[in-house]
Amino acid sequence: MRSTLVRGRALLAVVGLVLAVTACSPPAKTNSAAATDAGKAKSAADLGGMDKLVAAAKKEGTLNVIALPPDWANYGEIIKAFGDKYSIKVNSAQPDASSQEEITAASQLKGQAGAPDVFDLGTAVALANVAKYAPYKVATWNDVPDSRKEASGLWINDYAGYMSIGYNAGKVPAPTSLADLLGPAYKGAVALNGDPTKAGAAFNGVVMAALASGGSADDIAKGVDFFAQLKKAGNLLPVDPTPATIESGQTPVVFDWDYNNVAQATKLKGKIDWKTFIPSGAAVAGYYVQAINADAPHPAAARLWEEFLYSDQGQNLYLKGAARPVRVDAMQKGGTLDTAAFSALPAAAGTPVVLTDAQTQKAKDYLAANWAKAIG
Amino acid sequence: MAGLIARRRRRQALFRWVVVAVLAVFFLLPLVAMFEFTTRGTGGHRTLATWRLLVHWGELAATYPSLWDGMKNSFGLVLFTVLLMLVLLVPTVVWVRLRLPGLRRVVEFLCLLPLTIPAIVLVVGLAPVYAWVVYFLGDSTLTLTFAYTVLVLPYAYRAIDAGLSAIDVRTLAEAARSLGAGWGTVMVRVVLPNIRSAVLSAVFLSVALVLGEFTIASLLSRTNVQVAINLLGKSSATMSVAVSLASLILAFLLLFVLSFAGRRRRSGTTPGDHS
Amino acid sequence: MSGGDPAGPDPAGRDPRPAGADPGGTAPRARVPLRRLRALIGAVPFFAFIAVFLLVPTLVVAVGAFGGAGGTVTLANLTSLGDGYVRDAFVRSIVLSASTALLGAVLGALLAYALVTARPDGLLRRVVSSACGVLAQFGGVTLAFAFIATIGLSGFVTTFLRDQLGVDIYSSGVWLFELPGLVLVYTYFQIPLMVIVFLPALDGIRPQWREATASLGGSTWYYWTRVAAPLLAPAFLGATLLLFANAFSAYATAAALVSQGAPIVPLQISNALTSEVILGRENVGKAMALGMVVVVAVVMWLYALLQKRTSRWLG
Repeated sequence: MRSTLVRGRALLAVVGLVLAVTACSPPAKTNSAAATDAGKAKSAADLGGMDKLVAAAKKEGTLNVIALPPDWANYGEIIKAFGDKYSIKVNSAQPDASSQEEITAASQLKGQAGAPDVFDLGTAVALANVAKYAPYKVATWNDVPDSRKEASGLWINDYAGYMSIGYNAGKVPAPTSLADLLGPAYKGAVALNGDPTKAGAAFNGVVMAALASGGSADDIAKGVDFFAQLKKAGNLLPVDPTPATIESGQTPVVFDWDYNNVAQATKLKGKIDWKTFIPSGAAVAGYYVQAINADAPHPAAARLWEEFLYSDQGQNLYLKGAARPVRVDAMQKGGTLDTAAFSALPAAAGTPVVLTDAQTQKAKDYLAANWAKAIG
Repeated sequence: MAGLIARRRRRQALFRWVVVAVLAVFFLLPLVAMFEFTTRGTGGHRTLATWRLLVHWGELAATYPSLWDGMKNSFGLVLFTVLLMLVLLVPTVVWVRLRLPGLRRVVEFLCLLPLTIPAIVLVVGLAPVYAWVVYFLGDSTLTLTFAYTVLVLPYAYRAIDAGLSAIDVRTLAEAARSLGAGWGTVMVRVVLPNIRSAVLSAVFLSVALVLGEFTIASLLSRTNVQVAINLLGKSSATMSVAVSLASLILAFLLLFVLSFAGRRRRSGTTPGDHS
Repeated sequence: MSGGDPAGPDPAGRDPRPAGADPGGTAPRARVPLRRLRALIGAVPFFAFIAVFLLVPTLVVAVGAFGGAGGTVTLANLTSLGDGYVRDAFVRSIVLSASTALLGAVLGALLAYALVTARPDGLLRRVVSSACGVLAQFGGVTLAFAFIATIGLSGFVTTFLRDQLGVDIYSSGVWLFELPGLVLVYTYFQIPLMVIVFLPALDGIRPQWREATASLGGSTWYYWTRVAAPLLAPAFLGATLLLFANAFSAYATAAALVSQGAPIVPLQISNALTSEVILGRENVGKAMALGMVVVVAVVMWLYALLQKRTSRWLG
């Protein structure tokens, strides 16, 4: 009896000790990357000019990016171009990660060499985690409109897209409006890129459906109703659309950002005729946010990456991937825009709609309360 | 009696082939669908281009460098995880059976715990532990061995427990001890040879688990073969399905070769004489 | 050794007396704790490893479940488990896991028995057990894709049945993306897992026992219900428990197949932890994980009860 008690107490003590020890973080390495010159630089000038930045980045030799699928806004080509231009090895981790998972990875891997250096986040997550970024103003800072960046350089929008409907022209008829999707020709065909209570792209898909069904940015109930009707008609596929399901014809209609749908069309040319359609009057624009991790293990490479993204070359590479770069107006004026790629962008009739914070919150609350019931 | 046995063996053979055939159809159909998808080419033609690229290893490694890194890491992880599992789990399970029967349910629950917590949540808990592991051992992907050994516990424990329940381990141990054997000899020379098929099952499951594990490696931003295949799938869907299928076939071949390590010398048993 | 159980050695090893204990109970009391201590030392490496790599993560999650916004302690996360939708998800998860566990256990046991009747060194057994080893861990996005390609709405089996045999398997709704579909897909890896885990137990059945039963006049039915089943029951139940836990926490396959609405608990947890729309619910996710541990603990307790019942079958 006594031995059990002793054993029990000893076990508890050991467990408590182990827990206490592991709950604290290990001691930080003596020269933390954030404390270096590059880690404190707020612009290239702080380091003595672009050449010094490039040299410092090459010395670091590596860049960790996260949540950048190669076929998303042409990131595959951007990563390769950056790596080739500066001879820096780019480690692309977790391409499927959501914005929240990027932040989680940064805190879980803090201090390790594999922690992400830069983030590409959806607006909601970006605004909730401003404390994690290091301020930096790229060389072309002034080209970006004030509403698309944070004044001290903590974050800046990088590209935007419109919510669209991609469809397999060989399998389903071309929709001319959103309501067409409720017809029998689309039975078991329509997929949304994720759950709207979880993924930003799907959330905007519901907003687009609301706008196209007579709702407004303030009231997305009609959007949720549209998907409920879609489910009742047997047209909604709960499958997660991936390049494989699109190529195999399992998901003939997909709600996703226009740059994603256009990228699929380019990739599948000859195999599948994938077309992109934006319903008129429902041009929901979504901007993504670029930020540098304050605890980036490679701060110079992170800053050079941002310089590259906001250079003409980087912005045109985004455009090649059918994403609308944030410097588009300045580049048009300066004549450096890739006009061929620009004119190939899908047409979006109507004024672009970007949800304000209040509208986003209202929509989120409505979805949290009603989405599962509507399509369950 | 001989006629009875022969009749029983015929019935068993029929039962065997019917069951295997029906289940084989069930298991092979999805794999056939995967293969069919990889042969789709432009314009609706069938093509083996994807498979030809797969076979040209040099080209593949150049186009998708992370695949080779992933495979190297995975093979290292398989080796270390199986070793750690064999060294840590097998002796402990036998020891608990023989000497600490009161702890048996505790060990059983602990060995089921890794399976009750979804991997995405387990990573939340593993991250601070791995911060320390990286501090002491560096951030090589091979440190995932510890996490994988934990993941493998439920399956390996169950297999070894099933094997132990089939032999009279207590009597064997008592007999050996009474003949003067130390506990080491009992473990290695008396018990282990009798649970060979169970240990082999545990090794099978460990190899398959490590080769198929994706979530923890991905969330800790490490590269293993499944993470590499996933990244590959973003560039080319047919290629990623082909690589998945190829990795299934390779794992199958690996296990097939391993099965020869578990050769059973059951003298006195004529084949097909079971039950 | 002498003076032990007069009924003979206990084949299932359930004698609680430590091996070599003095049955007369005349050993000095100081020796028993020392022996226990020495026995405990043998288990220390395993427990140390478990403590660091399993218990600490579990405790981190458990502690997190009680965390509120800004580091406060709260029970709100746990009480939110009573929400209608989370409760439904738990029920669906349990139903899914129990049904696939039973289905996988029965079919897997049949396949394992079929393998055991074959030559132990033969090709069939090697091929099938290697295949089962591989397929037991096959899951996730690829499995979902393979199933949709097979019996999805435009899968080749569906089109074959529709065009050649005139049978529309989806005439009463698309069940592939609801619970029945999940059951079918989960069974794909549950059966091989059962085979691998149960085969060692079947290997322990001696052919001599069958012969002995037959020579004593017992029928096949008698053999199976009174001789083989009681011996196999512990391993069978243990394997079924494993299958249950395996299905309960499986996430990747369901995420690819049913990515709308999070009908089962792992998907709910993933929503809570990784959502980029509804933020700040990580601790609710941890509370749900704690709930899962509690459910499996309860199932394990039921399993232990069942084991005790079936052990009476033998004795």
